[in-house]
Amino acid sequence: MSKSFLEVDGLSKVYPDGQGGDLTVFEDIRFSLEKGEFVCIIGHSGCGKSTILNVLAGLDEATEGNLVMNGKEVKGPSLERGVVFQNYSLFPWKSALKNITFAVQARWPSWSKEQVREHSERYLKMVGLDHAMHRKPSQLSGGMRQRVSIARAFATQPELLLLDEPFGALDALTRGVIQDELVKIWEETRQTVFMITHDVDEAILLSDRIFLMSNGPNARIAESVSVDMPHPRARATIFQNPSYHKVRDYLVDFLVNRSSTALPEKDGTPKVISPAGGDSAPTPDDDSQSASPAHAVNA
Amino acid sequence: MASLNVRAAVVSITFLILVLGMWEMSAQAPEAETAMTEYERLMGGADQESRVPPPSKVIALAWEELSNPFYDAGANDKGIGIQLAYSIYRVLTGYLAAMAIALPVGFLIGMSPLMYKALNPYIQVLRPISPLAWMPLALFIIQDSDASAIFVIFICSIWPMLLNTAFGVANVREDWINVARTHELGPLRTALTVILPAAAPTILTGMRISIGIAWLVIVAAEMLVGGTGIGYYVWNEWNNLDLASVIFSILMIGVVGMVLDLILGRAQRLVEYKE
Ligand SMILES: Nc1ncnc2c1ncn2[C@@H]1O[C@H](COP(=O)(O)OP(=O)(O)OP(=O)(O)O)[C@@H](O)[C@H]1O
Ligand SMILES: [Mg+2]
Repeated sequence: MSKSFLEVDGLSKVYPDGQGGDLTVFEDIRFSLEKGEFVCIIGHSGCGKSTILNVLAGLDEATEGNLVMNGKEVKGPSLERGVVFQNYSLFPWKSALKNITFAVQARWPSWSKEQVREHSERYLKMVGLDHAMHRKPSQLSGGMRQRVSIARAFATQPELLLLDEPFGALDALTRGVIQDELVKIWEETRQTVFMITHDVDEAILLSDRIFLMSNGPNARIAESVSVDMPHPRARATIFQNPSYHKVRDYLVDFLVNRSSTALPEKDGTPKVISPAGGDSAPTPDDDSQSASPAHAVNA
Repeated sequence: MASLNVRAAVVSITFLILVLGMWEMSAQAPEAETAMTEYERLMGGADQESRVPPPSKVIALAWEELSNPFYDAGANDKGIGIQLAYSIYRVLTGYLAAMAIALPVGFLIGMSPLMYKALNPYIQVLRPISPLAWMPLALFIIQDSDASAIFVIFICSIWPMLLNTAFGVANVREDWINVARTHELGPLRTALTVILPAAAPTILTGMRISIGIAWLVIVAAEMLVGGTGIGYYVWNEWNNLDLASVIFSILMIGVVGMVLDLILGRAQRLVEYKE
């Protein structure tokens, strides 16, 4: 158990309910993440996803439970856990580049100015913004701002990246483009990512596993759905993979029909589900592997 | 089609000429009457003295004063430049002292709800006191009229800076503080690299209000303590019944006040940011 990169054990959060009582937003949250995994968490609004993410970041404290990363208990925020907030949270008085050098400098205080700048520019380039690096956030579109914010988080190379609905405020077209950027930058860096999203397709495109949260109050992470499709995935061709539809149907069914009643295993860990593999198809791996060359031909 | 600026300038100048013309004519009117008796001339002469001088006279005086602003011919006869310099020196000294206290204390109050609650009652009581009400106490304790005037400036300019700093610091967006926290910035670095630039526009608004108030108050303070400065100068010329000098110095007070405000307005624009 304790061998996993991140161990979350029995997390719960209680807020005052505003009428003198207590409101348990979520309870007994248990899961673990492996190094290099991309995990998305989906659940209905208000079930406590942001609160969990803030606890993982160290910005918020859980009422109960333990949180261990790399064998060390998480206490307070750290450069080892980078956060991309939903509303970008770039400093509006700094240019795009300065927003990133600020973070890089904080991460590696001993680096020279040139080193910091070169490193920062490299990450801006990765999100395709090297041409706009001297512009202030107010002079960038929402999508560009979020790209800067993603570049900032990746540039500090944290051990764990936490993304809270990073594309929530973007229109569908821009969202798609930036999802591609995120796929690209993740393929290059293979960082461990924990991401909140409301978008089922986005989750399937990006994740190795998808956590499904039941509705609050007293929400749990009920299921952990494996997405057994090879990387890299492309937004344009992923729907041709038969696994894709099985996973998607499973997720939608959960969100529509089962999210208020679903429960985890007896020991509190999420039920492990493999929609593409639980089928009559002999081996899920064969299934997905046979599909991937077809992607390559089509792409 | 002339630009808006050009048209505004034309209207502005027309307006000025109109007002000055009317002022000039109404001020000159009694002189137009001819054939005064000896008695009338005597009385008219005396009457003339208490009349508002025409703009031509003020302009002539302004020309004379401004061509040699720094002459010093004894305690009651110094150039307008010297008097203004005294006032500016007092304002800046009191203002900078206020800044040195208001900014750190404002930060403290803004960052700590405890300090806010603890200090707020005092601020609320002290703030509405007219700065001139402090003058007797200041004179008694400090025993120096110059330092007392500076103290009055200090006390009147501290409040807007203090309150705006506290407000600006307390309202820095939580997200930005969280960015600082996730990048493991210490309290001092957070204050300097995140909170200060975030709150700077609000702080500068306070500083701008303060300099305006300080310049308003220095004139009254110098009328009270006397000796030097533009406030004393106005009062002294009034005692001499030299109305042209009074009007001229009023205009100079306006000009200097405007320049001070312009400087802070510039500074404000430098730190402003769009979200
Ligand atoms: N400071 C607070 N005080 C009291 N209740 C709070 C506080 N912050 C959050 N909550 C409650 O906790 C619950 C979870 O909030 P959270 O923001 O984590 O939800 P979420 O799953 O991220 O929702 P969304 O998908 O809409 O972002 C909500 O019901 C909210 O009302
Ligand atoms: Mg949320």
